[in-house]
Amino acid sequence: MSPEPLLEVRDLKVSFRTEDGLIRAVDGVSLSLSPGETLGIVGESGSGKSVTMMSVMRLITDPNARFEGEVLYKGRDLMKLGQDQIREVRGAGIAMIFQDPMTSLNPVYRVGWQIEEQIREHEQISKQAAHARAIDLLTAVGIPQAGDRVDDYPHQFSGGMRQRVMIAMALSCNPDILIADEPTTALDVTIQAQILNLIKKLKDDFDTAVVLITHDMGVVADLADRIAVMYAGRIIEKGSRRDIFYDPQHPYTWGLLGSIARLDRPKPRRLAAIPGQPPSLLRLPPGCAFGDRCAHRFARCDERPDLLDKTGDGHLDACHLDPRQKKDLRETTIHPELIEEAT
Amino acid sequence: MLTFILRRVLWTALVMFVITVIVFIIFFKTPGVDPARALAGRSPNAQTLAEIRAQLGLNRPFPIEYGIMMKKIFITRDLVSYSNQGVLVIPEIGQAAPATLSLVFGAALIWVVMAIAVGIAAALLRGTIFDPLLMIVALVGISAPVFWVGQMANMISQSTLHGTFLFSWVPPLGYTPFPQDPLLWFKGLVIPWITLSLLYIGFYGRVLRANLLEVQNEDYVRTARAKGISERRVLARHTLRTSMITFVSLFGLDFGALVAGSTLLTEVVFGIHGVGYLTWQAFTNLDLPTIMATTVYGAFFIVLANAVVDIAYAWLDPRIRPT
Repeated sequence: MSPEPLLEVRDLKVSFRTEDGLIRAVDGVSLSLSPGETLGIVGESGSGKSVTMMSVMRLITDPNARFEGEVLYKGRDLMKLGQDQIREVRGAGIAMIFQDPMTSLNPVYRVGWQIEEQIREHEQISKQAAHARAIDLLTAVGIPQAGDRVDDYPHQFSGGMRQRVMIAMALSCNPDILIADEPTTALDVTIQAQILNLIKKLKDDFDTAVVLITHDMGVVADLADRIAVMYAGRIIEKGSRRDIFYDPQHPYTWGLLGSIARLDRPKPRRLAAIPGQPPSLLRLPPGCAFGDRCAHRFARCDERPDLLDKTGDGHLDACHLDPRQKKDLRETTIHPELIEEAT
Repeated sequence: MLTFILRRVLWTALVMFVITVIVFIIFFKTPGVDPARALAGRSPNAQTLAEIRAQLGLNRPFPIEYGIMMKKIFITRDLVSYSNQGVLVIPEIGQAAPATLSLVFGAALIWVVMAIAVGIAAALLRGTIFDPLLMIVALVGISAPVFWVGQMANMISQSTLHGTFLFSWVPPLGYTPFPQDPLLWFKGLVIPWITLSLLYIGFYGRVLRANLLEVQNEDYVRTARAKGISERRVLARHTLRTSMITFVSLFGLDFGALVAGSTLLTEVVFGIHGVGYLTWQAFTNLDLPTIMATTVYGAFFIVLANAVVDIAYAWLDPRIRPT
């Protein structure tokens, strides 16, 4: 189908040993990313989306963490690399930006120094050249008077500006993949749009594939080529952006879409929400993890559903419901106001 | 930055002034304290007392009396000890200071290096048995009083095992000035240095470990790893630097206090005639001029150390730099 994937995650499992038992944070996730593609990973807090991508970068240092599965990047399994080899990949091949730009930069170093540190780690380049490149990068991410600001400290920047610095740093070594872990969650709404547009623009300029982790369907709607929806450590639906927004197959995805406030439809009396809480990762139910919160639960849901391509077009979902039934059922979930009007 | 330094200097002067006034009031003006009586010997007659008072300016109004005292300390430097008539106090402190400075600088060097090593080792070995083990050893170091450790060290190195090759190099107790014999200076100070630094190694090691563990979880440390830089560089450049902020401020205060005379116990135990020893003697004899002078000397170093800490602080953390 698509060209050779740049990154392929195969059946990744991450668990943490705790006093209360084993937490299965990621439970068999498979993903692939093609060059230049944008993949959105959507899910609520604790669904395992960040842990998945942090594991890809091997950034989880918790000694109680256990990893299984493969992460293939350019033919190499990152999970099997030594410390020195994974360091060559980090920053140069795969770069990452984080949720909170207020704390992600080291407060005691100048921003330029922090960018140069990364460049000089991966390339044989003079201090002056690295400095000049840091200024170019800051200009590219839209920081005015970058030549002066390069010598400022992080506390002299606003949150949005710091996230721009983080993006400049992430792109400093022309990575193949940029992982953006909730890059706009900590920012004001107006700044969010600016940062997303910036990522969109730079992704083309630098020809970088992007993995966008978010809990905001609105963010992926604008940016992602393909979307994976995660719930309780598993992917429960995966497909193109079109598939997910216009033909969602999993009731959890319906719930997510139904809880977006929309301006193009009649205003509902209350904003819809998915009832209940996600299950504890310590004691996952044997069947469908979403079963307890699902309005369409039936007998088969006590069996764990596999992520399958039922339609044969690359749109996968993990739900036992018959695809033919779903069309009617989901209308009631996504647009409850339609029913209210009918009755 | 210039106004910052200027403000610091003015502040220092003010603090010094307040300290000297308070000390002066405590030792010379507390009701029932009569320096003249202390000086005049047993059952003096009224005339002798009056003569002494006139000689020391004790019959003048308080501000003038204070002024005379300050003049004698800072300008004419001819303050005379009460208990050892004829001994000038200021030169005496000048002679005692090198011993204290030698003791404190050496001990500080040992404790900074060792505490950083202990702190980093414990933080890196977290989750293994060595971390709690190191922390217990550190706690023992903190809990063992200096005079006890000193006496034990003396007992072992001066008598019990002095005959063996282990401690035969240890010279008799006392301080040898560096210019006189550098080797003997060093030999005589090794055991006092270690004794004095034990408490601080334990304390600073624990503080640094706690700070390192806290900073290790900071987002910017994760960013540093995500940049692909080596673990060693992450530790040295990103984790350690911010973890040192508490360490440095504690160090400034302790160092200042030690130079100012908190080495008293160590000096007495090891027979080192430094400022602490001098202060101790002055207290036992109620030698008011010496107490006054050593207090001023001590206050000066503590205030100076504070100023240095403030500057080091600003260097370590740009967020608190004056703009």
